Amino acid sequence: MGASQSAGTEHEFQDLADRTGFSLEQIGNINKRFRQLTNNEETLSREDLASIPALDNNPIRAQIINAFFDKRNLHQNETGTVQEIGFEEFLLVMTHFRPAAMGLTEEERENLRREKLRFLFNMHDTDSDGTITLEEYRWVVEELLSKAGIIGQETAKAIADAAMLEVAGTTRGKMEPDEFYEGITFENFLQILKTFDIETRMHVRFLNMDTATLRCGKSK
Amino acid sequence: MPAMWHSTFILVMVLLAISRPSLASQARTEESQGTGNATEHTITTLPIVIWKWEEIHFPYLVALWVLVSWLCKLVFQQNPCLTSVIPESGLLICIGWVLGGIIYGADKVQTFRLQPFTFFFYLLPQIVLDAGYSMPNKLFFGNLGAILVYAVIGTCWNAATLGLALWGCWLGGAMGDIDTGLLQLLLFGSLIAAVDPVAVIAVFEEVHVNEVLYILVFGESLLNDGVTVVLFNVFNAFVSLGGAQIDAVEIIKGIISFFVVAVGGSLVGVVFALLITLLTRCTKNIQIIEPGFIFVLGYLSYLTAEMLSLSAILSCTFCGVCCQKYINANMDERSVSTVRYTMKVFANGSETIIFVFLGISAIDPSIWVWNTAFILLTLLFIFVFRFIGVFLLTWILNQYRLVPLDFIDQVVMGYGGLRGAVAYGLVLLLDENTYKEKKLMVSTTFIVVYFTVMLQGITMKPLVTWLKVKRAAVAERTLAEKLQNRTFDHMLVAIEDISGQIGDNYMRDKWNNFEEKWLYWLLMTPFARKSCDPIFNIFHKLNIKDATSYVKEGERRGSLAFVRNESKADVDFNKKFDADFSEMMPYIMTENMGPDHVPVSSILRDSVPSVCLDMHEQDLKMRESEDFDAHHVLQQHLYKGRKQHRHRYSQKHLEVSKDEHEVQEIFQRTMRSRLESFKSAKMGVAPPKISKHLKKDQPQKMPNGKSTENSKSHAYGDEDVEFSEGDSASGCEAAGSSFPMRAYRGAGIVNPAFMAEMDTMDPMPPMQQIPSWLAEAEVDSSTVAPSQRAQLRLPWTPSNLRRLAPLRLSTHSNDSFLLADSPATQEGISEPPPPPPPQDGQGRGTHK
Repeated sequence: MGASQSAGTEHEFQDLADRTGFSLEQIGNINKRFRQLTNNEETLSREDLASIPALDNNPIRAQIINAFFDKRNLHQNETGTVQEIGFEEFLLVMTHFRPAAMGLTEEERENLRREKLRFLFNMHDTDSDGTITLEEYRWVVEELLSKAGIIGQETAKAIADAAMLEVAGTTRGKMEPDEFYEGITFENFLQILKTFDIETRMHVRFLNMDTATLRCGKSK
Repeated sequence: MPAMWHSTFILVMVLLAISRPSLASQARTEESQGTGNATEHTITTLPIVIWKWEEIHFPYLVALWVLVSWLCKLVFQQNPCLTSVIPESGLLICIGWVLGGIIYGADKVQTFRLQPFTFFFYLLPQIVLDAGYSMPNKLFFGNLGAILVYAVIGTCWNAATLGLALWGCWLGGAMGDIDTGLLQLLLFGSLIAAVDPVAVIAVFEEVHVNEVLYILVFGESLLNDGVTVVLFNVFNAFVSLGGAQIDAVEIIKGIISFFVVAVGGSLVGVVFALLITLLTRCTKNIQIIEPGFIFVLGYLSYLTAEMLSLSAILSCTFCGVCCQKYINANMDERSVSTVRYTMKVFANGSETIIFVFLGISAIDPSIWVWNTAFILLTLLFIFVFRFIGVFLLTWILNQYRLVPLDFIDQVVMGYGGLRGAVAYGLVLLLDENTYKEKKLMVSTTFIVVYFTVMLQGITMKPLVTWLKVKRAAVAERTLAEKLQNRTFDHMLVAIEDISGQIGDNYMRDKWNNFEEKWLYWLLMTPFARKSCDPIFNIFHKLNIKDATSYVKEGERRGSLAFVRNESKADVDFNKKFDADFSEMMPYIMTENMGPDHVPVSSILRDSVPSVCLDMHEQDLKMRESEDFDAHHVLQQHLYKGRKQHRHRYSQKHLEVSKDEHEVQEIFQRTMRSRLESFKSAKMGVAPPKISKHLKKDQPQKMPNGKSTENSKSHAYGDEDVEFSEGDSASGCEAAGSSFPMRAYRGAGIVNPAFMAEMDTMDPMPPMQQIPSWLAEAEVDSSTVAPSQRAQLRLPWTPSNLRRLAPLRLSTHSNDSFLLADSPATQEGISEPPPPPPPQDGQGRGTHK
């Protein structure tokens, strides 16, 4: 069903491909998926994403969905959220999950790393103030562990606290009594995850998706 | 360096001294055996001491050799500068040569050599089991595809190319006159094609390459055994059949047998893994031999596969890989570390023995046949074809890999193709009548093994450094990192869902769900299900670490100050509790889960804050006035209390699993008794139960103003009466449950040590887990008692106990979280909370 549109938007796709680094084929695939999610509308709403059945089991689906509507992830230098996104924005969010190309220089690799970590950071920093406060952190951790079922809410909270304290400990060293840790900044975030080779892990295989057989088997 | 050699030399002398008599006796053994029996029958008088060497010489020699091998290792490990240059495996081979030379010089014949049977049945299994057991599962299964490609296709490629190339050279006449043929050379190729797990582990463990690279080489070395065994058997059969009888049917049979051997072996391993796991579900009562089951069943999996002529190494590997997660969760923590260490002892021990004997076995002129062309060509082909194979396969794999393996990784992979004892064991199995050139093959195998283990092993480290291979990040995984990891995984799954694909993450997620839903239920004990969560595990470990550091800190200070400030007492108890009562906790936990459940303990819980308050006040104002002896208090109360509790526990030990109510009853009764003694101590109503610790309560009461006079007049003369919890438990049970505890709030007593213990016993109020920076805010939000009560009813989990006070690491936080509790607990006496100490001010900004 995307065929008729893709003819008209060929140029547009080329433009997107240049900007995002996706191949035309991948953009075509993602576009197909986008149209399927939106029921051929121009824009995607939260409800569209929330209605994906496979997401139901995901403990942090709220955060993920929010990430799609977060202006910070859309490469705009502003904060806040939008209600609906178009295909271009959808694609921009997806670029965070593009595998790293081979032969990157050290600097490029570092940038890529920061970019990917920034996405993760933004997911935690719900109020976009540049720090993950304990409240925010707890929220994510509780959600994260909620599906496990066996870990109670209290434990989750304690774990969040412990992790936060750990972050404070690693980033600040020993804290003075009258010092207080306001939350995880992005720099701290980079620091605690410095052994986490996100640049080689945060990627999704954007295969040729066949919308008809979606979720019935691996296409291609 | 000279000093080092000196010590080595001395050791060799010592070894010689140890082994000489045994060797000499060994030589004599055969002769004396016949006469030995005769003399025994003809004793004329009662011998006081009998020389019974003949009877025990075999186990004695085995034990001596084990000792000698390990001593060699010890010597090398004493000289880190040596092992940093030459890998340990190479050094062990060298010492093997020296020892072999000594033996040969003494006996003029090589008495000892590594027998294939010993190697395959006594030395190899534990190495493989250990490799499987300590395999990083996620990494292994994540790269399973690539590993299989290298292990199966790569090994076939190595075997075929080596065999064919040697055959070509042989036809070309490069090797002179040797009696062989295509099939024999192919057989030789197949036995020497496989990368050896023992050698790979030995070398790569010292070179910390990045984990993907490591798992590829390591996984390949383990899994290619299936291929090796099949190729070896098939070609062995072909050689026996003779070239003429080999037709398409036989070849197809060979291919089928490959699948049967490999898949069958793995299946046997999985079945045994299931058995082990199910067994560990019910070994709670025999924890002493619990670890033994792992070893016996692991070994049986190896033997069973061997019996069915399936791949034993695959079986043992998969057994270890599949069961590790579940048995680690099921078994007691101590058993887990026992298994871990014993596994390492066995694996490391037999690895050492293998290398030493690889050296010793070579010092025997009777096995050496030298054919320069054959040996050198084999070396060359092995080296070259390994590289070609790796490059070729990686190129194919890179077409599909999202993160391609770069060139440097490929070089290291190619260079890491070490051959080892498996090849040696296989080549010795050859039948000398069929294989006229067996000796040449054995010699070549030796040379290949030495070349790869020694030369490649030595140069591996410099090469890795020179190529700047990405090293493994040797960092302890932190809790925050684990959490991020988890978030991250879920995020990838979600993105796959959103973009509508069924990718790796999707499959992994499905598997995880399946595992959680069914496998956990089937394979894990209820308690293990909780603790198997890696995040929870780290959390738990952190707690233990904190606890240990408190104790250390406390002991360092050596005064009671730490009892209050660092809570040595309760932490200490906490640890005990953790170890001894871990079984009990889940039951208590589930009991308290019920929303309508208002057990006595929930009343008891309320008493804790008041305790905390008092401790806190004491900390704040009376810190300087304390002068009693910490150890005495600890001894008198904590230790007793603990012992008491344990006693009860062990009494009920068998019933624990039967009746959870009873468990809870025990818990509550203990709590009550504690509370009772606490209460009586405060009121001075039960002098016989008061003991010395009350003395220190006096100063504490003063800040409260209300009970100063009181406390002075109490019957503290009874200090010397032994504190007896048992009595109080039986005598005051009813009072404990019926007496409105709130009346005591803020009455201000309290033995910190005692309280601390109580603190531990009691479910921690959630507020105690509030970080210091939030303490102030929490105070605001929870000044109303009912809300706190409500919080108290939240499920009490063992972690609450464990994570006693996440913040006590920082020295001030103890105070602040105690402070946090104060308003809620003080409302009973309508005293406004004392102004928070300055450090709490830090929390204000944090809390939004």
